[in-house]
Amino acid sequence: MSSDFNVKRPGLELLSSQGLRLDGRRPNELRRIQCKLGVFTQPDGSAYIEQGNTKVLAAVYGPHQAAKSKSLQDSVVINCQYSMATFSTGERKKRPRGGRKSEAISMQLTQAITTAIKKELYPRSQIDVYLEVLQADGGAYSASVNAATLALIDAGIPMKAYLCSCTASIAWKDGKPEPLVDVSHVEESAGGSVLTVSSLPSINSVAWVDMSQRLHADYLSVVMKRAMQGCRDIEVILDKAVREHLGESWTMSDDAVAI
Amino acid sequence: MWTTKTFLTKTKRGNIIKIVREHYLRDDLLCGSAACNTCPHKDDEFVLDGKPESICSLYSYPHYLILDTNVVLHQIDVLEEDALSNVIILQTVLEEVKHQNTAIYQRLLEIIANKKRKFYSFVNEHHKDTYIERNPGEKQNDRNDRAIRKAAAWYETHLSINSVVGQFPKIVLLTDDENNRKIAQEEGIVCCSIKDYVENVTGFIGLLDKLSKNVAPEACSKDALYPAHLTPAQIHEGIRGGKLHQGTFRASRDNFLEGTAVINGFEKPILLQGHSGINRAVDGDSIAVEIFPEEEWRRPMDIVLEDKADDDPGDQLEEEAVLLKNTKPVEKGDDEITPTGRVVGIIRRKWRQYCGILMKSKFPGATRHLFVPAEKRIPRVRIETRQSDVLASQRILVALDSWPRNSRYPLGHFVRALGKIGDKNAENEVILLEHDVPHARFSEAVLACLPPNDWTIPEEEIKKRVDLRSECICSVDPPGCTDIDDALHAKALPGNTEDGLKRYEVGVHIADVTHFVRPNTALDKEAANRSTTVYLVGRRIDMVPDLLSSNLCSLRGGEERLAFSCVWEVDENANILHTKFHKSVIKSAAAMTYEEAQIAIDDKSRNDAIVSSLRILNALAKKLNRKRLDNGALSLSSPEIRFQIDSETHDPVEVQAKKILDTNSMVEEFMLLANISVAQRLAAEFPQCALLRRHPAPPPANFHTFLKAAKQQGFDLDVSTNKAFSKSLDAAVIPGRPFFNTLLRIMATRCMQQAQYFSSGSKTVEEYYHYGLACPIYTHFTSPIRRYADVIVHRLLAASIGCDVTHATLLDTKVANSVCDNLNYRHRQAQYAGRASVTMNTHILFNKRVEVELASVLAVKRNAVHVLIPKYGLEGPLYLPSDKFTYNEEEHIQTCGDIVLKTFDELTVRLSLDSSNLQHRKLVFELVKPHIPGFSVDIMEVEDSKAETEKDQKKRKEETPAKSSKKSKKK
Ligand SMILES: [Zn+2]
Repeated sequence: MSSDFNVKRPGLELLSSQGLRLDGRRPNELRRIQCKLGVFTQPDGSAYIEQGNTKVLAAVYGPHQAAKSKSLQDSVVINCQYSMATFSTGERKKRPRGGRKSEAISMQLTQAITTAIKKELYPRSQIDVYLEVLQADGGAYSASVNAATLALIDAGIPMKAYLCSCTASIAWKDGKPEPLVDVSHVEESAGGSVLTVSSLPSINSVAWVDMSQRLHADYLSVVMKRAMQGCRDIEVILDKAVREHLGESWTMSDDAVAI
Repeated sequence: MWTTKTFLTKTKRGNIIKIVREHYLRDDLLCGSAACNTCPHKDDEFVLDGKPESICSLYSYPHYLILDTNVVLHQIDVLEEDALSNVIILQTVLEEVKHQNTAIYQRLLEIIANKKRKFYSFVNEHHKDTYIERNPGEKQNDRNDRAIRKAAAWYETHLSINSVVGQFPKIVLLTDDENNRKIAQEEGIVCCSIKDYVENVTGFIGLLDKLSKNVAPEACSKDALYPAHLTPAQIHEGIRGGKLHQGTFRASRDNFLEGTAVINGFEKPILLQGHSGINRAVDGDSIAVEIFPEEEWRRPMDIVLEDKADDDPGDQLEEEAVLLKNTKPVEKGDDEITPTGRVVGIIRRKWRQYCGILMKSKFPGATRHLFVPAEKRIPRVRIETRQSDVLASQRILVALDSWPRNSRYPLGHFVRALGKIGDKNAENEVILLEHDVPHARFSEAVLACLPPNDWTIPEEEIKKRVDLRSECICSVDPPGCTDIDDALHAKALPGNTEDGLKRYEVGVHIADVTHFVRPNTALDKEAANRSTTVYLVGRRIDMVPDLLSSNLCSLRGGEERLAFSCVWEVDENANILHTKFHKSVIKSAAAMTYEEAQIAIDDKSRNDAIVSSLRILNALAKKLNRKRLDNGALSLSSPEIRFQIDSETHDPVEVQAKKILDTNSMVEEFMLLANISVAQRLAAEFPQCALLRRHPAPPPANFHTFLKAAKQQGFDLDVSTNKAFSKSLDAAVIPGRPFFNTLLRIMATRCMQQAQYFSSGSKTVEEYYHYGLACPIYTHFTSPIRRYADVIVHRLLAASIGCDVTHATLLDTKVANSVCDNLNYRHRQAQYAGRASVTMNTHILFNKRVEVELASVLAVKRNAVHVLIPKYGLEGPLYLPSDKFTYNEEEHIQTCGDIVLKTFDELTVRLSLDSSNLQHRKLVFELVKPHIPGFSVDIMEVEDSKAETEKDQKKRKEETPAKSSKKSKKK
C-alpha cells in the first residue's frame, strides 16, 4: 500500500534547496565569532572565545622553569590540559574532566601549539596552557586552539604566526559535493567526515590535521581548501581582537606586548 | 544577525535536555519578484512575473499567492495543475510540509523546480525582516501562522518600495483557517479560502474537480451516521491507560462490512464488524480500537458481501440489518471465535490515490457521482465532476479527502484519467499505480546526471582498473535481454594444486553501475526510491534510465564496458583457493542466450575459446550445484510462464511454461557463488551496516497441510531441517508421474517465508542464515542494473577494497535499516505487479477462447479445489457446490458420491473467462473429468470449443518473448 517511508531519504539534508545551511549560513560562512583577551588577572595570559555556541576559556602560565624530569636542553616544554565542563553539552556529563578523550585532545593540542611557538627562545622552561570548554556545539577543538593562540599572545609569548584552527565537512547539493566551513554540532552529528585543520595561515604552514572518518581523496582537496580558507578568515578576526586589546592596554599602561 | 532558538527535547534515556541552536538572520535573501526594485537579483533569479495576470475573478488586479501549510497538504492536486502560478512558498510552509508528509513535500519540490510554474520558495525564516520569535505560551502552529502573515505583509511593503502606486503586484493569502483569515484581515492582508479562489478561476476546465473536500468537523453531529471519532488526546490517554489499542486496519476483500485490526501483543487479529464497528476506517489506516468484553466476541462471517448499490443510495446504512441477521450468536467451544471490537478513532490515515471506474449518477446532468475502486478493500468514494460523460468509459485515479460522520461514503476528488477501460496501457497503468510502482518518466534532474549518449571509457579510467579486455569473457541470458548485468570467464591455470588437482581461474564480471550512479545525486535518489526494475508482460519499468540499463552499463557483446569483477582461483572440484575483487574494464566476446550457449557446449565440433570457457564453467557449475544440494539447499520450483506476443497488436497469442536449460543453472551457480563471496567480505568489513539477504526457516505450521497431502500420496516428508527436507523431496518420486515431484516442489515453495534484505547490524550472525540456499550468509551483488540492493553492495565492496569513497549514509545502521525496509517493500510490490500483469494478459488471451486441459489439484478448500494447469502454469479455484460435494476438514478432501478429490489429483478442466465484472475479470475453471452428472461440463460442448480454439490458433503470429528480458536466475 502507500508508504511514506519510500520517499524518505536517509540522512539529514545539510543544504537547503536555496543553498543555506540548517542554521542559515552559506557553506563558506563562519559562525559568529566573539573573543576577548585578558579575561583573568591571575594567569600570565588568558582569553575567551565564542564560535557560535561553542565557548572556550584559555589560561596560560609561564614560561617558568620546567620540572627536571621534563626539561629540554634547547627548547621549551608545552604542557596543555584540555577539559570540558560538566554543563558543556546538552546532556550533563558524569565525570567532570580527564578521560581518555580529553587526554588525547590535550596531546593533539600540545602538538599544534608546539609547532607555532618559537621554542628556542625558552630553553629549559615550560609553558602551561589550560583550556576549558564551557559549551560544546561543534568544533570545540578548533575553538580551543584559537583561544590558546589568544591567551599565548596575551601572555606575551612569541609565536611564529597566528595559529588558527577550523573545521570543514562535506554536504551534497544536487549530487555535487559542497564543502561546509566551521561545522556545527548538528552538522557534525549528521555523520559525515569532519576535517579539522590547524594552521599558520600567514606563513602557509599546516600544524595539524585530523579526520573523523575516512574521506575519499577526490573530496579531500576541496574540503581542505575550505578549512584553510576558514583558518585565514579566523586569523583576520583574531588579529582584530588582538589589536583592539592592545589599544585598550595602551590606554591603561605603556607595557606594549610584542608579537 | 544572530539569534538562538531554544527548545526542550527528550533523550533516549528519558532525560529532558535543553537544546540551543544558532539561527542566523540574513539580509542577502532575494524576494524573487521581477517587480522588485531593491533586491540585487541576477537575471535568472526572477521567478515571479512583474505583472502577473490574474485568473481569479475575485481579484482582478495582478497578485502573488501565498499559501498556508494546510492548503499545500490538502490541495496538492490543484497545485500540480498548470493553472495557479506566481505563487510564493514560504520556508515555514515548506518545512511544515516536509515534516508532515514527505510524499507531498517531494511533489511540491517538483513544482518549485519547474520554472514554467513560477513557484518561488522564499527563505522567510532566515530573512532579517520576516523572522519572528515564538511568544511565551504561543503554540507552534499559531507562531507559524503569524510567520506566514508577517511574510505576506513584508512582501506587500517590499514590492511597494520605489514603485508607482497601483503598479506592483499585491499579495493574496490562501488559507482555509477561518481564524487565521480573520486576524489577517484585521492586519490588512488580503486573504481567501482555496475553495472560493478556485471556484472563481476562469479558463481552466477541470481545476475544480481536483479540489479536495474537507468539510464538517468531527464534533458536528448533525445527520450523523457514524459515531464520532475520539480526539488525538483522548486516544493517547486511552492507549496509555490500556483501554484502547493501536492497530492497522485491514479491510476484508470479500465482505465490505468486515475488517480486522492487527495489534501488537494479540495473537489473532481483532475482528471489526458493521458500519459502526469499522467506523470509517479505510484499509491500511492506523486506528485506535476498543476491544469488547469476551462474551461479545464473534466469529468472522465467512460470507461474501459486496456493496451492490449501483447508484448512490444516499446517506443511510441499510446493510446493518442484513449483517446482524447473518451473524449468529457464538456457539460454545468454537475455535473460530475471535476477539471483537470497534474502531474508536483514527491515528493516521494511510490514504493514497486509488484507481477505479466512475459509476455515473442516474440523474442526467448531475455532478456528484460514485467512484468504484479497483481494490475491493476500498469503499466507494463520492466525487464531484462535470466531465462524467467522458470519464464513464475511463479508468480514473481518485484521491480521498475526508469522511465526515454524516456521509455514507468517503469524499474524494478526481485526479486524472488513465485511459479507456480495457486498453492495455490504461490497464498497465492501473497495475503500476495499485502496486505503488514509481514509473513516471525520469525527471530532467535525473537525466542531467547521465553521461552523454556517445560516452566512451576515458583513457585515465582504464588506467585505474584491471584491464581484462583480452580475456575471453561472455554473457549468457534469456533471449531479448538488453540489460545484461553479468558476464563470465574461465580458463585453466598452469600447474596443479598441492593435492594434484587442476587449477582454474573463474571470473564473474558485473556491470559497474555505481561508476555512473553516484551517491546522493538525483539519479541515485530516483533509483533508490524505485529499488528495482519491474517486469510486466511486454513492458519493463527501468530502475535507471535506458541509456544506462540497455547501453552503457549493459555488458554487450563486442563492446568495452566497465565492470566490477570477482575472480576466483578454484580447483577442479570447485573448491575456492583464492578470491579477489577489483574494478575492471572488459570486452565481452559474445552475448549469448541460454539456448545458444547450450548448443555451443553440446556441439562437439566446436573448440574455440568461448566454448572451452563455457565447458569449464558448466563442469564446475555442476560440482557447485552438487555441493549446494548436499549442504541442504532446496531445489524448489515455481511455474513461470511466458507469453508469445502479437507483434502488431502486442496482445498475447499464446502462453506456455518456461523451459529450464543446463546453462540457466550454470549462470545461476556462479552468481550465487559471487554473491556469497561478496557477502562474506562485506560482513567482515562492515559488521554494522553490510547489506545482506536472509531467508528465515519457515515455521513448522506452514507445512501442516502440505505434509498431510504428501502423506495421502504415501510420502512422509521430513521438514526438520532444509537438508532433511531436500533429501526427502528428492526421494518423493512416483514412477509414471513425472510431474508429481515438480508439483511437490511447487507446493513446497509456497510454504516458504519471503527472503529479505537486512543490515548486518540489525540481526545476530545466526539470523543471517539463508534457508533456501543453505548458506550462512548471502547478499545481492550480481544485478546492479535492475536492483538497488546490488548498487549499495557495490559501493560497500568498493569502499572495502579502497577504490571508492564511503559516505555517511552508507555506514549508518539506522539509514541502512530504512533502506532495507524500502527494498523489501518495493520487491514485494514488484512481484505482485508482475503477477497481476500475467493475470491481465491471461485474461486477454482467454477473452475469446475456451480450452480443455489437464490440471493438478494444488489444494482442497472448503468450497473449491485450487488447480494448476501445468501446460500454462495458470492456476485458480474450481468451485464445488455444497449440495453436491462434502468437505472433509480433517482429511482435506471433497467427496461427491464415490468420487473423491484430493491434493495432487489430476483432473481435466475447461478454461474460460468471466468478464461480467469489468474491473474483476477472472478465469473460470470447470470440471470435465472425472465426470459428475449435472456438474461436469458436457463432453460434446468440449469438442465444440476445441474446434473453435484450433481455428483461433491458426491466426497466431510470430513469436516474441513476452517477459522480454526477465531473468530467471534471481534467487
Ligand atoms: Zn525584492
